[in-house]
Amino acid sequence: MKYISNVVTLEFTPDKCTGCGRCIEVCPHCVFVITDKKASVADRDSCMECGACMNNCAFDAIKVNAGVGCAAAIINGMITGGPPSCDCSGDSGTCC
Amino acid sequence: MEKLKLTVMKKGTEAEAPCCCGPSCEPEGGGDLPRWITGTLSTPAGTVQTVSTELSAPDRWEHVKCRISSFRTRYTVAPGLYAVGKPVADSDVFVSANYKLSFDALRSSLVDLNAWLLVLDTKGINVWCAAGKGTFGTDELIRRITGTCLEKVVSHKRIIVPQLGAPGVSAHGVKQKTGFRVSYGPVRAKDIPAYCASGHKATPEMRTVKFPLMDRLVLTPMEINPAMEKFPLYALIVLFVFGLQPDGIIFRDAFYGGLPFIILGLIAVIAGAFVTPLLLPFVPFRSFALKGWLMGMLATFLPLQYAGLVGQPDTLLRIAAYAFFPTASSYIALQFTGSTTFTGMSGVKKELKIALPVYAVFGGISLLLIIAYKLQQWRLL
Repeated sequence: MKYISNVVTLEFTPDKCTGCGRCIEVCPHCVFVITDKKASVADRDSCMECGACMNNCAFDAIKVNAGVGCAAAIINGMITGGPPSCDCSGDSGTCC
Repeated sequence: MEKLKLTVMKKGTEAEAPCCCGPSCEPEGGGDLPRWITGTLSTPAGTVQTVSTELSAPDRWEHVKCRISSFRTRYTVAPGLYAVGKPVADSDVFVSANYKLSFDALRSSLVDLNAWLLVLDTKGINVWCAAGKGTFGTDELIRRITGTCLEKVVSHKRIIVPQLGAPGVSAHGVKQKTGFRVSYGPVRAKDIPAYCASGHKATPEMRTVKFPLMDRLVLTPMEINPAMEKFPLYALIVLFVFGLQPDGIIFRDAFYGGLPFIILGLIAVIAGAFVTPLLLPFVPFRSFALKGWLMGMLATFLPLQYAGLVGQPDTLLRIAAYAFFPTASSYIALQFTGSTTFTGMSGVKKELKIALPVYAVFGGISLLLIIAYKLQQWRLL
């Protein structure tokens, strides 16, 4: 199953990559592969922008506008003017 | 149990307390222990509670309640350190969230293993969602590692975090602050025995998130519930609109005129909140709004065409139904983006940017058609 194509904000800077493989370890959709001791983006459209790779890249080689892909959360954010929030941490948590 | 949890959580968060073993510090006051606690274990950092790897019948019933009601919002375990089997100083440490469903998935996967469980305070939210919000995160993990004096309990510096916790955790950040090296375990807890047996290596299969039929099915009650919460209001408006006549509200008209629209409304909810998620990979289009619209169109067309729900002469009503119900299904289906394992924020934003104005237009058209129908009915048009 794949979502809408050509929208992902994932940016990878190969020059900073040391080939440690952390991005491959954390990505739940096999977006990265290692070739010639460096990572590269193999399946960009499968990225769900969770931010796991960016958070775990010690060399700052990955940037992605991470956030929840949840319509209710994004509409909430539009109404409140804040970031998308599905209020999962509240007592009333109704999603996820 | 509640009392125990309170005293224990207080202890776990005591400022400057040099060492506390989290929730398992000296169960006090004879409070009832949770049934899944099997005993205690002495460690250099204090007493740790041991937990069962078996899920009891009440556990399973509670899991069902989590799937269908707001019960899940208070289904928590006290954060801190626990033990499974008879772990020693060299045993693995697995990290989990304090949502009991997550905790149960972990402990029930550790049959015949000896391990430590470090439960983070994620406010009762599952690992993946909490990681997205940052509550299952670097700071909380560091706090729990130091708060439970993990370095006294184990002789190594390895800690296994579920892979889906990675969006909130920075492995190098944890290493820098605590010295513990984070390894990301498999996506699904049930793969942990194989992961351990292979020397802590996860296969690409273990690292990939899927979204099979059963996973989609168990999520549908929480799609149907919010839609049905609004349904009584919708039904009331429908009855009012159809019942409203120049000489007052006519109950007979409200019922016979409104019933088809109430039935179509129910079908639209089922199409958007149940059928679309269930048939997700088989419904054409990648956009959830389009998937939902298509299912909603089918769900409107079939009853209108073959069940004669709205009489042929009421052309305005039929067009209003085609404008409104597929749109409603589309909106409801779009909500499922919050539950899937593969939709990202940029895609949902793009969908909303197009869909919200379209919804407004179709909503407006339906409203105008209903007004025109009423005016026609009252012979004013």
